[in-house]
Order: sequence, then C-alpha cells, then structure tokens
Amino acid sequence: MAETTYLEAIRQALFEEMDRDPNVFVLGEDIGAYGGAFKVTDGLLAKYGESRVIDTPISEAAIVGAAAGAAHMGLRPVCEMQFIDFISCAYDMLTNYVATARYRAFLPCPIVVRGPSGGYVRGGPFHSQNPEAAFLHTPGLKIVYPSTATDAYGLLKAAIRDDDPVLYFEHKYLYRRIKEELPGSDHVVPIGKARLAREGKDLSIITYAATVWKALEAAEQMEKEDGLSVEVLDLRSLLPMDDEAIVATVKKTNRVMIVHEDTRTGGVAGEVTARITEQAFAWLDAPILRVTAADVPLPYSPPLEDFVLPQTSDIVTVARQLAAY
Amino acid sequence: MASRTSSRGRRAARPRVAPAPAAPSASLDRTQKLDLYYYMRLTRSLEERLVNLYRQTKVIGGLFRSLGQEADAVGSAYALDRTKGDFLSPLIRNLGAMLVQGAQPLEIIRQYMAKADSPTRGRELNIHFGDLERGFIGQISHLGDMVPVMAGVTLSFKMRGQDRVGLVYVGDGATSTGAFHEGINFAAVQRCPLVVIVENNGYAYSTPTSKQTAAADFRDKALAYGIPGEQADGNDVLATYDVTKRAVDRARRGEGVTLIELMTYRRKGHAEHDNQSYVPEGEIERWAATNDPVDRFVAHLTGTEGVSPDELAGIDARVGREIDEATDLAEQSPMPVPADALTGVYADPPSAEAPWYRRGVASAVTAHERPAAWGTFNG
Repeated sequence: MAETTYLEAIRQALFEEMDRDPNVFVLGEDIGAYGGAFKVTDGLLAKYGESRVIDTPISEAAIVGAAAGAAHMGLRPVCEMQFIDFISCAYDMLTNYVATARYRAFLPCPIVVRGPSGGYVRGGPFHSQNPEAAFLHTPGLKIVYPSTATDAYGLLKAAIRDDDPVLYFEHKYLYRRIKEELPGSDHVVPIGKARLAREGKDLSIITYAATVWKALEAAEQMEKEDGLSVEVLDLRSLLPMDDEAIVATVKKTNRVMIVHEDTRTGGVAGEVTARITEQAFAWLDAPILRVTAADVPLPYSPPLEDFVLPQTSDIVTVARQLAAY
Repeated sequence: MASRTSSRGRRAARPRVAPAPAAPSASLDRTQKLDLYYYMRLTRSLEERLVNLYRQTKVIGGLFRSLGQEADAVGSAYALDRTKGDFLSPLIRNLGAMLVQGAQPLEIIRQYMAKADSPTRGRELNIHFGDLERGFIGQISHLGDMVPVMAGVTLSFKMRGQDRVGLVYVGDGATSTGAFHEGINFAAVQRCPLVVIVENNGYAYSTPTSKQTAAADFRDKALAYGIPGEQADGNDVLATYDVTKRAVDRARRGEGVTLIELMTYRRKGHAEHDNQSYVPEGEIERWAATNDPVDRFVAHLTGTEGVSPDELAGIDARVGREIDEATDLAEQSPMPVPADALTGVYADPPSAEAPWYRRGVASAVTAHERPAAWGTFNG
C-alpha cells in the first residue's frame, strides 16, 4: 500500500466523512476554489459543490457561529481556520457560545474547528501558534493534536463523528514530512486515549504534536550514547486527557518530563504535572521537568525561532539530568 | 453639548418615502388581532408579576423588563409561520416574541426562580433558554453572537431546501459588535433566509444611541451589506408585523437577508437595579403618556376594530389567571439537586467528576459561607 502524508491523511478523512454522511460540510476561508492555504481541502469543491464546501468571508467568529447554528439543526460542520492563530478571533464564540451550548441549553453542537498549527516553519508570531492551552480550561470543548498520519486520519474521523465540539489542531511542520501506510480504511482513533510512541523503562517523556518526533529522536540518541531506555507517550488528545496512560508511565519509569512546543507558563505541561502529583506522587523518584518554548511571542528569524522552540538537544540535556537525579 | 438623543428627544420612525403596498396586517382577522393583544398583555403582566416576585426576593439575580417594547417583540414574532417551522432567537427584551413562539409563563417564572424543573434546570438565568421543537433558541449574554448562530441555523434551512425562515433580534448596542457585523455579512453573502431586527430603544444599558453609532439610522447599515434596510414604528404592533412579514416573505422567496430597525423606547432601566439617572428628565414619562404600545393597540381595537372593553377585560382576566396558576406551580417547584451541576457538559462523558473533597457531599454551602451581600439566595 502506498504511503500517505499527514496532510493527505487529513484530506482523505474529509473526503470519506463527506461521502459517509451528507450532513458533513466544510467552511472556511479560501477552502473551495483555491483548496485552502495548504491545499488540505483541495478537490472537495469539485466533488461536493458549493453548498457543502463554503468559501466564507474573513470572519472567524461568523464561521464558528454559523457552524454552531447549523450543528444545532443536525448538520456536522468542519470549520477551517486558515492558520490556527486566527482561532483567537473566534475565542468568544468557542468559549462562550459553543462550549456552553449543551450544558446551558441542551443544544447539540457537533462541530470541528481545525487548522494548521505550530512552528519550526519560520512563520513568525502569527503563523506559528499553538493555542491549545487557551482552550484547555474550557469545559465543553474537546482538543486533539495528532503527530502521525494515522492519528491525523483517525482522530479527524472521531472528531467529525463526536457529538461535542472538537478543536483539531494539525501541525503544519508535519504536513508533508510525515508519511506512513494507513492501517486500512475507516480507522477511527478514540478521543481521550494517548498512544505509547516508544516503550522504555528508565524515564518517560510525555508530549504531543511535533515534539513527539523530537522526543523520539532524543530517545534514540540517549539509547546509543547513554544506554538509557526512554519511554515516549504521545498524548494526542489533550481534552479529555488520558490520566490512565500518564499514571501508567509514571509508575513504570518513576521519572517524567513533559515536552511541548507551546510556551511554558500556563501551558499543558503544568496541567499534566498537577495530575501526576495528585495521582502518582509516591511513584516519583525525581521532580517533574519541563521542556517548552520560552515565554516569548514566537520570532521569525531562524536563529531566533530555533532558540525559542524546544529542540532535540534540549530534550537530551534535560533527560540526562532527570536520569541522573 | 447634549447628546443627540437628549437634545432632540427620541424620534419616531422616519416616514416611508414611497407609500407601502397593501399592508400584510390588512389580512389579519379579528381573532388574530386579539391574539396580538393577548401576547402583549401577557408580556406586560407576566413581567409585573416577576417584579412582585423580585421584591419578595423570590427571583434570583437580575430582572429584565420590556415595558414599552411589547409591540415590537410580539408583532415581529407573529409574522413568522410556526406551521412551517420558522425559528427565532430573542434578546433580553423579547419575552413577547418567545411567548408567541410558544414559551409558557410557567417556564419563565421557573427560570427566574432558578428551579430544578426550569427549562435550563437552573443552569442559566432569566429568559436565556430555547427549544428546537418550538423554534426558538436561547441567547447568550455576549451581544451580537446570536447573529452568526442564526446565520448558521438559516444556512441549514437553505442547504436542506427547507421552506423555513429565521429571525434574530439585536439591540442598538449589539450593532457595534464584531459578531453582528460578521454574522449579518456572512448571512447576506450566503443569502440566508434571515431577518435581522435591530430594536432601537434608545439605550444600551446607560449608553444612548448617539454614543453607539455615528449613523443617522440603523437601517442605513443595511446598505453596506447589500441588503434591504427597513424602519418601522416598533410601538405600533401592526406596523411591526407588516415590516417583518414583508421581510419574512422575501426570505422565504429566497431573496435573502433584511435588516429592520424598529423604533421603540426602553422605559425601564437595563435591569431592575438600574435607577436610570442618565435619562433626561421627562423622557420616560412622555413616552409612557403618549406612546405606550398597549394603550395604542387598545385604542385601535376599541376604535377601528370595534372590540368592546369587556372583551379586552376578559382577555386581561385570562392572562391574570394563567399567571396566577403559573406562579403557584413555580413556587412549589424544587431547587436543583447540587450534583446535577456536574452532568451534561458533554454528550460523552455524560457527567464530570466532582473533586475528591466533594464526593458524597450533598450540599456544598452552609449558611455562614453566604453572607447577605452575595445576593438574595438563602436556601
């Protein structure tokens, strides 16, 4: 079977879900005739026409709000944010309207909001963001952030079929760099389940999205150079978070670090840390350490961006300290 | 310099340039007109009952009145076709529109009393609730947000080829939000079957329209969206019905969005606590004396329509009975069970987990934890 890129996996899931369910439609900026800024939606317009592939005005609040209204009426909209950085323009709609709809008004709101996320691409402060932490503390939303083509495919299917609103972050650095054989058609990855990306026994790296690959690279290097056996847990769902998998890896290796590309203060790592101290403190042999972006807006120039974002060498440095503690 | 509002006083609707074709209200029969009266009277009396309950500290939280605006809510909602599944999203002064769409006084009172069997089970306040079956959808407090949402509701009508129309209410203040602009523009581009009503009642909380917009009329904003803009006397229930009905018919014919500005006046404060110190002297009294929508419609019914005062008194008595019955029932309703707060955030999982220190706790708050200054709730 041919290999499928991370981007093609997303596109394939969109085609298959639109085929499977006539209630699924997509809307966003430049997604129709142009096929999207990254061509994720390329070909959808030709197949499904303008009523199911809607080119919208530059109006993120209207895109999400209209999706919510349509979802109340039984449709299953998939919204594209041209860059996920622009999701902040719909923050009110997502946190106040969409996330609360079921709780306050018993309104179903099965929408997906997806978009190219993340850095390492010289995109500067407004085309590189990782906004997951801004939504992590909003009950009513679900958040997924896949790192492999298989998970990109399977989590998008799960997101579209989910009866609640799902934020689906896709990493643009991985779009065309990651490719693999998909495990057959209609593979659905359950939301809320982490994936053990690499088994190990000396220490655990808990991470998600692009830094999964950096963690794997670091793990390999440490195996060769230090003889360390490093476990890598890919969270892939951030909300709900897989506490069971987190606690299992803590109990197995007793040394944990958390790696993410997003900035440090108030980031996902802090939440994971709190959960570990509440549920598995007695199993820790060392403090929980973090490798994250520095607390600055992401700069554009390569030496600057590389300095701010977590790199494989950072992970190795911190992991060695953790192992030696 | 005094604001435009206070120097010139609140204006009545700008006269139409061309004479209107036969008014849709001409085909309303006597029963339908009495129906309009019933809903206006019910709105006013129900709110008066809520004021009593508020003063008895039985209403929890704020109380929002639509005194003087009953005609615009009732007349516009009445222009929808409920047999076709038309749909509306009210704002805080559209209790009348919700009643027309089928909301019950019992639901309203239970909502205001935060009861377990209120439509939102005590999760949301006042008239923030909806029902997809009856065709109204609960607003949120963020003004303007319901415009994009109703753009989506009506987009679904269009996508499915349904013969349904949507109506969304905003106030003069909400037109200043980004969501209003994004939503109406989106709906206009998509030619959604949507009617957008701007209730111009002169004030957004304490802010007069002159500080809300530099536009002479809100209806002029329609020009920028490439849609028809209408203006009507919101205190004339038949004029309100007419202008909305024409827009609803246009939407049903596939001709897209209409923006309607209804000229009215908010005679009470933003909510009951608001003493309206910012209102020019005499303004409220002048509207009450000369431009009360219920008085005006009563004059029309007893004059032009030849309805007897006794018949209207009969409707008033029916309204009073319905409100009394609803009040009695609502007072007997239980308060919510605390742990119900954890259910229904998601379809799956169906319930959130309580923090460990709350597990098995039936009531989280004891009397000493809730000083009187926190509010009126004392249960």
